[in-house]
Amino acid sequence: MNAIEVERLTRRFGDFVAVREVSFTVREGELFAFLGPNGAGKTTTINMLCTLLRPTSGTARVGGYDVVREPHAVRRRIGLVFQDPSLDDRLTAWQNLQFHAWLYGVPRSAFEERAKRLLELVELTDHAHQEVRTFSGGMKRRLELARGLLHQPKVLFLDEPTLGLDPQTRRHIWEYILRLRDTEGTTVFFTTHYMDEAEWADRIAIIDHGRIIALDTPDHLKAMIGGDVLLVQTSDDPRAVDRVREALGLEPRLTEEGVLIEAARGDQLIPRLLGVLQNGLEPPLIVHSIRLRRPSLEDVFIKLTGRAIREEEASPLEMMRLRHRLWSRR
Amino acid sequence: MAFLKTVYTIWYRDLLRFLRDRTRIVSSLGQPLLFLLVFGNGLAPAVAAGMAGVDFRTFLFPGILSMAVLFTAVFSAVSIVWDREFGFLKEVLVAPVSRAAVALGKVAGGSTTALLQGLLIMLLAPLVGVRFTLPQILTLIAMMILVAATMTSFGILIAARMRSMEGFHMMMNFLLMPMFFMSGAFFPLREVPLWMEWLARVDPVTYGVDAIRQTTLQGLIPEPLLKTLILHPLEVNLIALIAFWMLFLIPAVWLFSRTE
Repeated sequence: MNAIEVERLTRRFGDFVAVREVSFTVREGELFAFLGPNGAGKTTTINMLCTLLRPTSGTARVGGYDVVREPHAVRRRIGLVFQDPSLDDRLTAWQNLQFHAWLYGVPRSAFEERAKRLLELVELTDHAHQEVRTFSGGMKRRLELARGLLHQPKVLFLDEPTLGLDPQTRRHIWEYILRLRDTEGTTVFFTTHYMDEAEWADRIAIIDHGRIIALDTPDHLKAMIGGDVLLVQTSDDPRAVDRVREALGLEPRLTEEGVLIEAARGDQLIPRLLGVLQNGLEPPLIVHSIRLRRPSLEDVFIKLTGRAIREEEASPLEMMRLRHRLWSRR
Repeated sequence: MAFLKTVYTIWYRDLLRFLRDRTRIVSSLGQPLLFLLVFGNGLAPAVAAGMAGVDFRTFLFPGILSMAVLFTAVFSAVSIVWDREFGFLKEVLVAPVSRAAVALGKVAGGSTTALLQGLLIMLLAPLVGVRFTLPQILTLIAMMILVAATMTSFGILIAARMRSMEGFHMMMNFLLMPMFFMSGAFFPLREVPLWMEWLARVDPVTYGVDAIRQTTLQGLIPEPLLKTLILHPLEVNLIALIAFWMLFLIPAVWLFSRTE
């Protein structure tokens, strides 16, 4: 059975189509990523799957239940970690878990044992009776992961689970997510705009402007780019793009970092590239550097959309979030 | 059963937060104290002539008591605006529980914290020469619960559809402050212009202040004098408060249940 089945799911806000006819399935036990820039429709999709937002059209089934017709059945079967912390930071970690157990009707006999085991898994046992406001961002996230699994959900939803955390903590959080997935056998659906995080997934759906533009395993996605990627920096990148296109018949792309060229054999292209860029041009071009690397998901995204994943301007909610973060920093 | 469990969970969380937050408890006494001592002492000589023999500080005390209950109740309710985006309420709203139970739990929680706040203010009574008998304390508790429940419901009704804290400040300036000033908490509502008299009549806070004032001053000042200060009999205040409570509670629960 599939853990999530989504068909032609659409959500409009007035004239704006946040999610447009999205279809996909997530298998049981799968680690599934929704990758895209801010404002691509990731959170809107996750909110519809979690019954927090009604779809304008289309259907979605989570854990075998329809998100519109049977929201309570869906809610009982999902765990959720939001972009923003949703812990009560005036209460202790243990109290936060206790409240969750009450809301989800976890029997008292099962609660203690599960809470202890989960706290151990996320290494917070020693902090169980500390107030959450004394926790670091990473500790709060770990507690939320443990809480999300307390009622043994079929599907765990993580919306940007490492947003606002430093790289080292981010890595750490992923170790916990993978460990929890392995020990609990839970299906995990997560959104991210970090390319390196999407790599952890079994399969990735790349979403842009509310549409899924690619869906496959990380390896298959990267195989869309034939072979290697060359990044060339010159004294005049736009001219270099024209020159490479005319002289070598390739499809170079101009990016902020430099000229991006895909090639089956990058190592063999370098001498020819140097030849056409440095000879026969007036005024002459100066080549600053040439870098050769294996394709990354970032390259896949650029190939599919023609641009890099970048932060977009802040919405009102984003502003409130920022203010709240500044505020709650102690 | 699950419904009651949810009400209890939300209520217990509010209570636990209040009890754990010692600094808030202490600092929340600061403002009423300031009003009572500075405002009270500052204005007492100036208004003495108009008070017909009642010490202004004694008159002011029930107003301050009402203020504490009113603002604690409304703030507790309006905290759902940010709690929904960045707090525990977000977690509650995705849980498989009834939204109506969440709203009722919030009314219970806000009312309890407001009542506790009111009881703390009552400890300041000796400072202005106000003493309570046991029946008075019990009546006051009942009145404070009613005022608190009414104003928490009012707060939830306002906050149910609110999406930003800007809306909150707007509500503070254009709704809550006028409601409070119009209620007669700071001055007797005798000999005020007709428009104020009418506004005071549709202001739920007026009935709360009046009920709390007459209960407090009962036996403290001569009966004829008391009669000149009160607006309605206690029963009228009671009925008005219950009516306002229902007027706010029912749409509040309904709106809250329907938010996405």
